[in-house]
Amino acid sequence: MYLYDKYDQAMVDARVEEFRDQARRRLAGELTEDQFKPLRLMNGLYLQLHAYMLRVAVPYGTLSGRQMRMLGHIAHKYDKDYGHFTTRQNIQYNWIKLEDAADILADLASVEMHAIQTSGNCIRNISSDQYAGVSADEVTDPRPWAELLRQWSSFHPEFSYLPRKFKIAVIASQEDRAAMRLHDIGLELVKRDGVVGARVFVGGGMGRTPMIAPEIRDFVTEDEIISYVEACLRVYNRYGRRDNKYKARVKILVHELGKDEYRRQVEEEFAHMKTLGLDPPVAELDRIRTYFADPAYETGIADTVDRSDPDFAVWLDQNVAAHKQPGYAIATISLKPVGGIPGDASSDQIKLMADLAERYSLDELRVTHAQNIVLPYVKKADLYALWQELDAAGLAPANLDLITDIIACPGLDYCSLANARSIPVAQKIANRFADIGRQQELGELKLKISGCINACGHHHAGHIGILGVDRKGTENYQLLLGGSGAEDASLGQITGPGFDENGIVDAIETVTNLYLRERSEGERFLDTYRRLGMAPFKEAIYG
Amino acid sequence: MKLLTGNDLASGDVIWWTGNGWSRHVGDAVDVADNGDALLASESAARRVNAAYIIDADATAAGPLPTHIKERIRASGPTVRTDLAINPEIEIVKA
Amino acid sequence: MGDVLNFRDSAPASETPVALAAFLGASNATAVRIEPGEDARALLAHLDRLSLVEVTFPAFGDGRGYSAARILREAGYTGELRASGDVLVDQLLAMRRVGFDTLVPNAPLDPAIVETTLSRFADVYQKAVDGRTPIWAKRYEEA
Repeated sequence: MYLYDKYDQAMVDARVEEFRDQARRRLAGELTEDQFKPLRLMNGLYLQLHAYMLRVAVPYGTLSGRQMRMLGHIAHKYDKDYGHFTTRQNIQYNWIKLEDAADILADLASVEMHAIQTSGNCIRNISSDQYAGVSADEVTDPRPWAELLRQWSSFHPEFSYLPRKFKIAVIASQEDRAAMRLHDIGLELVKRDGVVGARVFVGGGMGRTPMIAPEIRDFVTEDEIISYVEACLRVYNRYGRRDNKYKARVKILVHELGKDEYRRQVEEEFAHMKTLGLDPPVAELDRIRTYFADPAYETGIADTVDRSDPDFAVWLDQNVAAHKQPGYAIATISLKPVGGIPGDASSDQIKLMADLAERYSLDELRVTHAQNIVLPYVKKADLYALWQELDAAGLAPANLDLITDIIACPGLDYCSLANARSIPVAQKIANRFADIGRQQELGELKLKISGCINACGHHHAGHIGILGVDRKGTENYQLLLGGSGAEDASLGQITGPGFDENGIVDAIETVTNLYLRERSEGERFLDTYRRLGMAPFKEAIYG
Repeated sequence: MKLLTGNDLASGDVIWWTGNGWSRHVGDAVDVADNGDALLASESAARRVNAAYIIDADATAAGPLPTHIKERIRASGPTVRTDLAINPEIEIVKA
Repeated sequence: MGDVLNFRDSAPASETPVALAAFLGASNATAVRIEPGEDARALLAHLDRLSLVEVTFPAFGDGRGYSAARILREAGYTGELRASGDVLVDQLLAMRRVGFDTLVPNAPLDPAIVETTLSRFADVYQKAVDGRTPIWAKRYEEA
């Protein structure tokens, strides 16, 4: 993974001192809250429902054992012994004090981490595929491009006061494991005549007006990608709507102009920007790439796994994916124990995962946008020992991509933007479907819950989606079916009137039972829904 | 009744106007009636509260109960971590 | 005019800028004002007769002025480029990077904080219009 050089380190150190001074001025009353708010947001510090919340960046979801250990230390020393992994591969802490915030940022900087631009109307964390670098289906590791973009986007002087937040994702396989098409800019790295370049999609997003990003350019090479995204951002900064917060994302601009006109404006700006020398030399991307070279894999090692422990075999079959390198495997640590809080981990669990990464995964972990943790370099021979340790710590639910592997935003329990609680609904659903046999029978079923229309729980992209709403002061839940954040991207459709907390769980049982009755061989829930359409599901739910 | 609430600037704690100061416990909150805006302005100017605002609440035998569920959760704590609740006695879902 | 923060070698222009529409509609003015929604490129044909372009920031969260400034500098404008309005010291570095060389903030800026702010970051990640060498270039200068 990328390691800072003196320049990168100096940037985060200076940023800590800048924020320390800004916080001091706020605490001394030299800055009003209105003046301080955008400054603290650009360092990921929110004033949330119960306290200040700090969102720490995990660039493209990759971190080392040492960094993970620091995240656990922060949870223990400054928070209430836990952290929450988010749908943008970051971590957030719910009980931070402003007077501690600069010290926390300093602790993060000591391990090459930061909270830069994890909030605010600026370019956010660049996300990527949690299997980057280790999956056989990728064209190349997308993360060097993500790192190049991370540096380019940090403290960008022209794009720090955009109409709204801006989210970029980079993948390098046809299978989209990062919901790339639902980002403001999505890059899919492809190879044409032996040259790697990016297909560029602009204008995806969820929220009030979900949209799948259209392709704006079919190929941009690495020596022009910076000029090209500068052009995309400049058109957005100049012409994105600023009159209405809910119409301010680039997806609205692309939609209102039409993708062809947006493309035309970008091309015009791009032609101009290409003359300005904005692109780093290819040597810079090559330099970054050296940090993402394959590790010194052991060869001639066991490529089979002893399945004799049946509980281990269940986890092996569900949570372990094929690695590009013989003898290795990709293991997912599920943070979705039945009845637990999706994406939460205690400081002890975080520190354990750090240890496990160091011992079993060449010191590297990934955060997934589904709020789980991946160990990308596990030798098959070590899987059993790894599983035993995970299981002892409650970190081995064998439910990757099953119905209890729920994506849930923090919801009204934590978030002042929310209209309804999401976590208790996730818990009730998980409890109803707790039986592992039942979960396996249902198979791949991506269930996503958002506590409000901002859609941080990605409910539009759920095979089953739930949206919490406020119905005259009472929590109510709408059911959506048929969404997907993968390469077969689609937006979920609302079934009809909403339900209370018990009703929504029953409704989910109704639709899953229908699926079991009606499915054809090999069909997932999503496939059966797409084949049958909404009508039979609506009929089953509402009669 | 109307309650004046906000956050402690340095700690971020949720605080409630008690009539002569600020408390972390909604049970200590008083009805600010028509004085809410004036109090909000003076307490904010004196920097004894950050991001203050006024909410509706019902007077109950157990003390003031914020009317809206979001405000009740804010007064109490996350319902999924009752071990972290500041005011666990607050009834979240009204009977 | 309020306190002017001046980074130019010469004194700030004293002409009152005229509105863009007025400037374009036959005017002898040498100073023009651009509001957030207005197109800086409308000035490109007139740059050599301009000694001052003022870009307004009615609300600091509206970042359109940053694009306007940078566009003008990219086009070769060397006159005074002034940011006025809701400008805090925390926006100063970005403003300098996109080419502003005078500022007229609504509230005066503490000179000590101005100094620390501008010297805090030794380097920059991106190439902009301020002539600073971006980090990616420095990495190969030394190589």
